[in-house]
Amino acid sequence: MKYIDEFRDGALAKHIAERIAAEVKPDHHYRFMEFCGGHTHAISRYGVLELLPPNVRMIHGPGCPVCVLPIGRVDLAIELALQHDVILCTYGDTLRVPASGGLSLTKAKARGGDIRMVYSAGDALQMARDNPEKQVVFFAIGFETTTPPTALVIRDAAREGLKNFSVMCSHVLTPPAIRAILDGGRPSAGPPPAGSAPSGGSDPCEAGERGGHGSHETAEIEGFVGPAHVSVVIGSDPYAKFAQEYQKPVVIAGFEPLDVLQAILMLVRQVNEGRAEVENEFTRAVTPHGNLNAQAVMDDVFELREAFEWRGLGTMPHSALQIREKYREYDAEARFNLGYRSVPDNKACECGAILRGVKEPRDCKIFGTVCTPENPIGSCMVSSEGACAAHYTYGRFRDIPVVAATEGAEA
Amino acid sequence: MRVDHDNPPPNPPNQASAVKKTYTRPLDIRHGRIDMGHGAGGKAAAQLIEELFLPALDNPFLRQGDDGAALPLPVFPEGPGQLVMATDGHVVSPIFFPGGDLGCLAVHGTVNDVVMMGAKPLYLSASFIIEEGYPLVDLQRIVQSMGVAAREAGVPVVTGDTKVVEQGKGDGVFISTTGVGLLPPGVSVSGRNARPGDVILVSGTIGDHGVAVLSQRESLAFETTIESDTAALHTLVADLMAAAPGAVRVLRDPTRGGLATTLNEIARQSGVGMRLQEAAIPVKPQVDAACELLGLDPLYVANEGKLIAIVAPEAAEAALAALRAHPLGAGAARIGEVTTDPHHFVQMDTRFGGRRVVDWLSGEQLPRIC
Repeated sequence: MKYIDEFRDGALAKHIAERIAAEVKPDHHYRFMEFCGGHTHAISRYGVLELLPPNVRMIHGPGCPVCVLPIGRVDLAIELALQHDVILCTYGDTLRVPASGGLSLTKAKARGGDIRMVYSAGDALQMARDNPEKQVVFFAIGFETTTPPTALVIRDAAREGLKNFSVMCSHVLTPPAIRAILDGGRPSAGPPPAGSAPSGGSDPCEAGERGGHGSHETAEIEGFVGPAHVSVVIGSDPYAKFAQEYQKPVVIAGFEPLDVLQAILMLVRQVNEGRAEVENEFTRAVTPHGNLNAQAVMDDVFELREAFEWRGLGTMPHSALQIREKYREYDAEARFNLGYRSVPDNKACECGAILRGVKEPRDCKIFGTVCTPENPIGSCMVSSEGACAAHYTYGRFRDIPVVAATEGAEA
Repeated sequence: MRVDHDNPPPNPPNQASAVKKTYTRPLDIRHGRIDMGHGAGGKAAAQLIEELFLPALDNPFLRQGDDGAALPLPVFPEGPGQLVMATDGHVVSPIFFPGGDLGCLAVHGTVNDVVMMGAKPLYLSASFIIEEGYPLVDLQRIVQSMGVAAREAGVPVVTGDTKVVEQGKGDGVFISTTGVGLLPPGVSVSGRNARPGDVILVSGTIGDHGVAVLSQRESLAFETTIESDTAALHTLVADLMAAAPGAVRVLRDPTRGGLATTLNEIARQSGVGMRLQEAAIPVKPQVDAACELLGLDPLYVANEGKLIAIVAPEAAEAALAALRAHPLGAGAARIGEVTTDPHHFVQMDTRFGGRRVVDWLSGEQLPRIC
């Protein structure tokens, strides 16, 4: 595949790996977080960790859209499908996210809910056009990457005057999540945001609303592999603040394994030289300002939510988007009068600590035993972009003697 | 498949009789559709069998018209063999896809299951569940394709059944087929037989069938030159077994769940591990590109005309050469080795230079692929 194979070249990888090995200081332990699930997946699927020296550790961040989706939001979607007789459309990964009462959207479908997997927001809109007698709801999830297409379908629906289409908006924002990681999971503890960033102010009341995880400390992270596709939309500028305020280098990288390896080399160099800059490895797609058209359409349709619950990170102010008043007709939460109810995670689940980089999947008691990709308890096990699922699926041979839970996994 | 004898064939011998010959208007295959009567066991059902099924699947056993079929059992000169039986339901959507359709798939799928036991396939049965309203012309196309596939494989459909369900209760046509075959004495091919040191071979490019079917799905509909690899593998297996007598330990066709899931099944059955080399696994560039676009991994995409052979190391070269000499195995490759591993991991050296687990498929990747 032209333009893809070049970024998966084994010979080049070996070369970069040799550079990393040569440049790391042997007595220093490097801890970097790849924020995005796309990077987590690339690292695991291509075996990138095998190419790193033992003193470079990668921490899998929270940038996996379904992993940060709280139980309460999935419960709302299930309620829509089972009690409001709608056609509920959503992306494939969302279908298996565990919800309350042992349910998931897949299981709700088996109970008679009309739940359909779509590949794009446009498919959901088309579903509404094709089924005028039914209410069609698009359960929209994701970071800034998937937000512009959702904004576009809401605008199109308004333009066409569609009466049977609405969106349950669960779009979240990257900068507040990175800030939360740096603040140790305490949204109110960080320095006040400079300027108009959608990263929110401090609200001590929020602390009480967070999920059921006792500890909110965060691993000491020395630098970030910055998002690829998110940065195509928002640009590289928004990261400059963190780099400066927190003195952490950020290297924006593409989702191919060579991109990741190159970004790690660039981070090692920044740490060694005491720099904390935003560097862009993904210059083939990311510009400083991002995609201004996409930002404009997002701004037209969405506004900041007061507060939004993230699985593992707790409730964070101004960390997500909601549909503006002028498009209220297309807001499923308003149309169906849905009220959000927070549901705590399974007590044994360590997803929160893993998302913050404090623990690794193998530190979780239920990893690989009770919690497997076939029967995910925590959200990190749901998508192959999640830290636990990626480790279970691709990397668990490193954990021996962790018991592989293949018994009973038989189809 | 019961033939209604109350409804005699169109040209009975001339008889001087005052009783008028019964006349049945022939099926209007071009415009007609299946109705509930076609499943009621009456005249309409008999006519459907006689005019649509029998001509396409014709063979002496089926023509006996009994509830079942009495079949001769071949014997091997070395002694009695073992009877092998396999069954498979086919619900592929869409029914017609590039390189095949439900009809030929229903033959190939079950024939291959029998063949992967090391047996010679002999006979098939077929059970049709048809949705009310299904066009006769499409049904005829399916059954004719089935007939062609059965004749090519030399495995006749000797008995069958037809049921009709109300509109909305099915999705066009579902076909279940059962195959029987005979295992020669002394042949033991089983997923339990892999031993550390054995060599893993695959008979050609993987993922073709799944991508071909997927390309026709309404919600995706992308253009591709990929055709399904659906094929009966009995002659390929015969050549392989002849070239490496006694050295073929495991045969399996990587259908649903793809190469990855099939290898995990074998690893667990045999209590071994496996080590694959990603660079050695054959994948067509078009399949690779389609998978990239859809976020799929070709290792998990279904095949319908490929086999995995695990062979003793000393016979690996001869086995590979035999596969490659056959048209259905021209793209065969050696993709890895069986290892000792108490955890039964299938591991892979990535092309990128790393290593990872190749795990079971979890969840559903592509529903209704076969």
